[in-house]
Amino acid sequence: MKSIDTKKEYLDYVDQKSPNSPILKNCFNAFWVGGLICSIGQIIFDFCQYKGLDTTSSSTIVSIILIGIAAFLTGLNIFNKIGKFAGAGSLVPITGFANSIVSPAIEYKSEGYVMGVGGKMFTVAGPVLVFGISASVIVGIIATFFV
Amino acid sequence: MTKIGLQTIKLDSAPYILETSSIVGPKEAEGPLAKYFDQCLEDEFWGEKTWEKAESKIIKENVSALVAKSGIASTDIDYCFAGDLLNQCISSSFGLRETNIPFFGIFGACSTFAEGMCLGSTFVDSHAASNVICATSSHFCSAEKQFRFPLELGNQRPQSAQWTVTGSGAVILSNNNLGKPCPRITYVTPGKIVDMGVKDANNMGAAMAPAALDTLITHLKDTGRKPSYYDVIITGDLGYVGKEILTELAETKGYNIKNNYDDCGVLIFDKEKQDTHSGGSGCGCIATVFSGYFYQMLKEKKINKLLLIATGALMNSTSSQQGESIPGIAHAVAIENLDN
Amino acid sequence: MDFFQSIDWMQLLRCFVVGGLICIIGQILIDKTKLTSARILVIFVTTGVILGALGIYQYVIDFAGCGATVPLLGFGANLAKGAITEAQNSGLLGAFIGGVKASAGGIAAAVFFGYLASLIAKPKIKKQ
Repeated sequence: MKSIDTKKEYLDYVDQKSPNSPILKNCFNAFWVGGLICSIGQIIFDFCQYKGLDTTSSSTIVSIILIGIAAFLTGLNIFNKIGKFAGAGSLVPITGFANSIVSPAIEYKSEGYVMGVGGKMFTVAGPVLVFGISASVIVGIIATFFV
Repeated sequence: MTKIGLQTIKLDSAPYILETSSIVGPKEAEGPLAKYFDQCLEDEFWGEKTWEKAESKIIKENVSALVAKSGIASTDIDYCFAGDLLNQCISSSFGLRETNIPFFGIFGACSTFAEGMCLGSTFVDSHAASNVICATSSHFCSAEKQFRFPLELGNQRPQSAQWTVTGSGAVILSNNNLGKPCPRITYVTPGKIVDMGVKDANNMGAAMAPAALDTLITHLKDTGRKPSYYDVIITGDLGYVGKEILTELAETKGYNIKNNYDDCGVLIFDKEKQDTHSGGSGCGCIATVFSGYFYQMLKEKKINKLLLIATGALMNSTSSQQGESIPGIAHAVAIENLDN
Repeated sequence: MDFFQSIDWMQLLRCFVVGGLICIIGQILIDKTKLTSARILVIFVTTGVILGALGIYQYVIDFAGCGATVPLLGFGANLAKGAITEAQNSGLLGAFIGGVKASAGGIAAAVFFGYLASLIAKPKIKKQ
């Protein structure tokens, strides 16, 4: 092997030395767990429709129930095991958003309920709300003037 | 005490490593080196309410155990050099606040253990002290909380990521061996900060390997030794990725360390069974593995000449967020059985 | 039992496949780009807002139902849809109210359950 002297050479060498994630296995797990979470949502949705609720309310109930389940599993220390196995499969559905809020809430409990739980709750998921809500306001403004 | 070459200090009196002590967490206790540690904990909280308190308790109890084991009165300990990974070194200063030993809080990230030994041994060699304690600790949960994500977050750790060791290792360096044969520190080589531009905080081994290489080569040049002089060369926490990089880089510079080099991060866990990816890391990694395993090997004369290189990544979560690369550092300590 | 007979199995299959495929996109982002999970969530929600605003995402929802609404893309699309509808009804004020109003249930649930979980649960180490 030739000598490595510059930063560029070293970074290329490191890239080649670093082990890759088992991407096929990860994708397969993400696919079926993600699909399953959505399907659970679909069954709840169908049940709401069956009970005569409208589409908007049914969707909201699906979100609330899935978030509740994710929060419960996070509290029981089970969600991180699902997340390790499924990766994006549990992160990308609304369950990942719930886990991102609940996990710092539990972790920072040791710093008190106001600044610990209350303040640190959004350390991971805060950006989602900031970017999501800001984007929606921009869309709304555009819609007001141009549509 | 004389400075030789570029960076190395020759310790004329060769201070003794009189005693060591180690405490590790439950995961380390399931690893291959479990039987060498003095105490293994059953849970990470150890009866405390927070991870930070638990880490303080680990270093506190470890230093008490060390003093008790050594047969030296705690009033005869002149100075203590200790550090950890938490902000402002709170585990060490909170843990050791009741010891009544003059205290130097030091930070060299995961290289702190060797940094403490460099400072402690020069104190003893210069007659500024008769007995000093060098101790470090780390805790998986407090480190994850501070540097990465909450423990309950359902994320996947990349393959190059390492697992912070929960535990504390401590040594007493002394000018007196109390009549027992003890390994001695002959040379120390404090290292330079080396930054090769690695930014990935999940690939610390790659970030620190160039610093380890620099210190290793400087030490060998300064002392005029060959790698084969040492029975074992150990690094702190380069892990599987960093170990391979260091071995290959050393070869390109004309130093063959394939046969006598190992890494504490690789040794402490069973990669397959314990799913630790690239191995262990943290201040506690080399501290516990040296205090537990290697010290015993030295005492039993299975190893007589050991070069200990502790590596550290000098970054924090702010510097990562701001897109800075990770500066690495490594300090080397040559430990030898002289009285055969 | 009537409910189980009323389930549209083809709809459920489409939901499963589309939901799974969206997660695969996320997994490829995780493994190939080293982005943290927070950034991936932001990418999904913002993309969702854009696709929702352009009206494209509605087709995916019509096809896959919860397979499209449960992933964060759907959360984003819902924000956009709410903002547009409300803006059309009550002008500029609606642009500010609409998005959050449409997703208020989810946000409130996450905050409330998060607080509740912190009261009961204790942090624990990952075993792997």
